[in-house]
Amino acid sequence: MSSKPAEMILNINQLRFAWQKDAPVMSVDNLQVARGERVFLQGVSGSGKSTLLSLIGGVAVAQAGELSVLGQDLTGMSAKQRDRFRAEHLGLIFQQFNLIPYLSGLENVLLTGRFSKARSVTETQAKQLLSELGIDEALAKSPVTALSIGQQQRVAAARALAGNPELIIADEPTSALDADTRDSYLALLFEQCQTHGSSLLFVSHDQSLASRFDRTVKVAEIIQWSDDRDTQSRELKATAEVTQA
Amino acid sequence: MKLMTLAWRSLANRKMTSILTVLSFALGVILLLGVEKVRTEARQSFINTVSGTDLIVGARSGPVNLLLYSVFRIGNATNNISWQSYQDISDSKLVKWSVPISLGDSHKGFRVLGTTKDYFEHIKYGTKQSLSFQQGKPFEETFDVVLGAEVAQQLGYQLGSQISVAHGAGKVNFIKHDNLPFQVVGILAPTGTPSDRTLFVKLAGIEAIHAGWNSGSPSAKSLKLTHQDFEHAHLEPETITATFVGLTSRIAAFQFQRSVNQYREEPLLAIMPALTLQELWQLIGVAEKSLLVVSALVVFSTILGMMITMLSSLQERRREIAILRAVGARPYHIFFLLGLETLVISLLGALLGWFALYGLLALVSPYLMEMFGFHVALGAPSVKELYVLATIVSASLLMSLIPGWRAYKNSLSDGLIVKV
Repeated sequence: MSSKPAEMILNINQLRFAWQKDAPVMSVDNLQVARGERVFLQGVSGSGKSTLLSLIGGVAVAQAGELSVLGQDLTGMSAKQRDRFRAEHLGLIFQQFNLIPYLSGLENVLLTGRFSKARSVTETQAKQLLSELGIDEALAKSPVTALSIGQQQRVAAARALAGNPELIIADEPTSALDADTRDSYLALLFEQCQTHGSSLLFVSHDQSLASRFDRTVKVAEIIQWSDDRDTQSRELKATAEVTQA
Repeated sequence: MKLMTLAWRSLANRKMTSILTVLSFALGVILLLGVEKVRTEARQSFINTVSGTDLIVGARSGPVNLLLYSVFRIGNATNNISWQSYQDISDSKLVKWSVPISLGDSHKGFRVLGTTKDYFEHIKYGTKQSLSFQQGKPFEETFDVVLGAEVAQQLGYQLGSQISVAHGAGKVNFIKHDNLPFQVVGILAPTGTPSDRTLFVKLAGIEAIHAGWNSGSPSAKSLKLTHQDFEHAHLEPETITATFVGLTSRIAAFQFQRSVNQYREEPLLAIMPALTLQELWQLIGVAEKSLLVVSALVVFSTILGMMITMLSSLQERRREIAILRAVGARPYHIFFLLGLETLVISLLGALLGWFALYGLLALVSPYLMEMFGFHVALGAPSVKELYVLATIVSASLLMSLIPGWRAYKNSLSDGLIVKV
């Protein structure tokens, strides 16, 4: 256990997961994010980033090991509890198409509150949040399809930050942005994470961004894939025996 | 933000598809309810054509045939019955009243019916409603005529108009009884029955215009007769087409019917109009039921089409659903969202269809009345209609379970990241 569990926002330990019975098993040795920390998770696509994010987000659940957010073990929760947990404590930003296309930016930000009372914000607060991220009221009320990609990503950040979630997970949010936009976007994101007291787990393949973060974790170093069915089944049997014993 | 708002905005986002789906839904509803409505009304006005009459007696042919010519004034009698037979019938102890009718002449396509004044008293329609006069009074004189509401309206006749009767039932007649015009003395109120399309004269009037005829054609003399020639004549018909009969006791109907059917002097046929009406309706009913089945199938295919549209839209909506999941939507929220969208579409479709149908009926009901002689009541939706609408809406909700389930499964396997 960590010496300061209260300070640990994300704690992953010896996690094992397979999408299906015969699919390759992914194991994550160790990953931790402390409160207020900005962690850069670097890895190429196909390395298991998306699967890891699905696990942290609570839409997929590990077969073995520990994955806790805010000290609560997600692997022991029901699907309903995990969905609620995600709604209340996580903010997610994706690479692109983050927004519901038929809602305005403002409505997209207010959407978070629909599924979590704890995180519901007033319209004024949402507007305030958006303006801090450089989206003025007129832009906020126009259809999101009229916004540039950079503006859309800011709205997405505002939605993720609404209601001050403890952990923001950003999956390649800057890969569709040009260099200038990307820099100002990162600066705004850091600033807002600090203001809202949210930790940040930032996933990207772009090595050049690493220096701006508190810490860099290479996906290749924490995630292993086991494709060997025999080893796998042996391990699973062993686990089963241990469990039964 | 409410889930309903989301559903609504999502539909509005796919405006074209949504509108088209609502329209096709409305069309299905119009068809199904329209057929149902016309069916009910047709049946109703059909069954209501004659009421209060226990038996109809005519020359022996088929029951349906007798009903058709005596009540609906469709087709012709194959034979007449003698005045003697008629008197034998009306003299029976069991007979409370009898009204003879004589058909075979027409006026501009409308049938002329020779009868007695009793017709207006005893022959009823609907739920035992008597014929009522909107103007004038029953005929008194040989050359008086009473018009059905539609005859008066369509031909623009007033009280006092002089009309001449033609021989035969068609619209084009070669022999006219021009020399003996009739005078309009009464106009009946509309009934929604074939009476509206009938001209009523005294039996004596029918006799008068055929006086001096031999084997169905006029003699040279008969065409020159004038009203004066009949002033003191006693015109008793030799034959009539049929007679309506009311009995002292309805229980006696079967007994009396049998005795008429076994009448020795002449082959007669007695029918109970209510029974024969049912029989006839069953005959027509096959067409009417298959029409209903076809329109139900149309509605079903509309619902199926909506479901297919929804299923195929799921692919492009995977990202949208993943976003909703990311902000905390539970899979059942996705399920409900699709259900709500279906509900909105089907409710709008049902309402639109219903309003359009009533609009349409208001437009065509005068023509229905004119062409088929039946009245379509417009008003609040009947319980049956509401039931039909509710069935359609619930059927589509049931259908939405399929795309709903699909979206649910997608949302589970896609997780938060959609690779499209």
